[in-house]
Amino acid sequence: MSRYRGAIDCDIHPTVPGIEVLLPYMDDYWQEAFVSRGIDGLEMASYPPGAPIACRADWRPATGRPAADAAIIARQSLDVMGTAFAICNPLTGGQVAVSEAMGAAVCRAVNDWITKEFLDKDARFRASIIVPPQSPELAVEEIERRASDRRFVQVMIPVAVEMMLGRRYYWPLLAACEKHGLPLGLHAGSLHRYPTTSNGWSSHYIQDYVSHSQTFEDQLLSLIHEGAFMKFPGLRVVLIESGVSWLPGFIWRAIKTWRGVRAEVPYIKRSPAEIVREHVRLTAQPFDAPDAEAVMRIAEMIDSDEMLLFATDYPHWQFEGDRAVPDGLSAPYVAKMLVDNPIATYPRLKENPT
Amino acid sequence: MRRYVVARAAEIPPGTRKVVTVAGRPIGIFNLDGEFYGLLNRCPHQGGSLCDGLITGLAVGDRPGEFRMIRKGEMLRCPWHGWEFDIRTGQSWCEPAKVRARAYPTELAAGAEVVKGPYVAETVPVTVEEQYVVVAL
Repeated sequence: MSRYRGAIDCDIHPTVPGIEVLLPYMDDYWQEAFVSRGIDGLEMASYPPGAPIACRADWRPATGRPAADAAIIARQSLDVMGTAFAICNPLTGGQVAVSEAMGAAVCRAVNDWITKEFLDKDARFRASIIVPPQSPELAVEEIERRASDRRFVQVMIPVAVEMMLGRRYYWPLLAACEKHGLPLGLHAGSLHRYPTTSNGWSSHYIQDYVSHSQTFEDQLLSLIHEGAFMKFPGLRVVLIESGVSWLPGFIWRAIKTWRGVRAEVPYIKRSPAEIVREHVRLTAQPFDAPDAEAVMRIAEMIDSDEMLLFATDYPHWQFEGDRAVPDGLSAPYVAKMLVDNPIATYPRLKENPT
Repeated sequence: MRRYVVARAAEIPPGTRKVVTVAGRPIGIFNLDGEFYGLLNRCPHQGGSLCDGLITGLAVGDRPGEFRMIRKGEMLRCPWHGWEFDIRTGQSWCEPAKVRARAYPTELAAGAEVVKGPYVAETVPVTVEEQYVVVAL
């Protein structure tokens, strides 16, 4: 009996097995470039593939990359959970190449590969359009290329892009997302154009991992206070793998400070809490709370049952067995997380594309 | 409700304030272009001495990146946490429905009228020739 029948899994991670699967989707120049330069791997430093967190032990294959095959993902996750739709968020370091042209070439190829190897193979898969955040112009081109395929339900970039995300430099990207009704997914991860903490480079992965919620806060503050949600009232932002439990404290600090110094940003006429509750959603895996009571209290403090989206974060090791929803949330709350909130966030899920 | 004579009008020129004590209560008297307003000198947020704050305008913007100042001199910013209040009504900008500074009816009265009573002039000597600020509480 699958535990979450009909649920919409808003974050799974198919892995590009290697550059060889992308080459067929590249032009002659880039095919030659990747082969002759010996570029392969393309893993994100944020999720080293060999690290235990990158793949739960019982999902890890004997050889090769985890989660590289649609049938395996379906068997290990979708069938077990009873997932109606699962949104593929491929994480690839190629997306964030220092060369924006190379990044764009990788994004195009990954989006083609996802279409052929996942969307076309199992009707339960949906996907994010991955785009090169190094160049909003090239990102917009890629969105325009894919948006007509309604199985793409979101645009995804790593949260730590080259600059503060609310700045006008990124507005063409935000405008394209709004225009096509595609939420902008900000996934944990960095282009590493600046240190992983605001105080400088950390010594250990544990520091990067724990402090990363700060990066989400930074980008959210930028989007709010540059007026991005005012400029693009239809824009929705999904924080993917940000954790959840940092949110109440963030909301409180944002309200408190806005009340005192809002004259700095006089065009912000609504409380940051209202803006966040209207425009921002979070995937609920990981949640980052110790027990059911803490989960319940944090949900109360967030004071909205519309913000959290069900996610397994497959194959990342966030939970055991099939218990992908943390204990402590009421049945109606969980029901909204599993289906209603994802459908409201990703309106394309209501369609039935062929 | 009693009416208290709290100051000679000439002591509080337009754009300035004076904090007075009326029946034991600290009240800030503000002169906005000849109209007088009184607010309790206690911020409804955390109790700061609100009436010692910056007298300023209302910062507004209709689009991201637009910065304008309107209603110059009509707003008061608490020196503790920067909450903004409308000097005329005591209404807070951020929580207008819930948070309001206590406002007292304040007006100008002629000396000739004030000397007749029933005003209370605890500390302000009154003459018929001058104008006085009167607070009701």
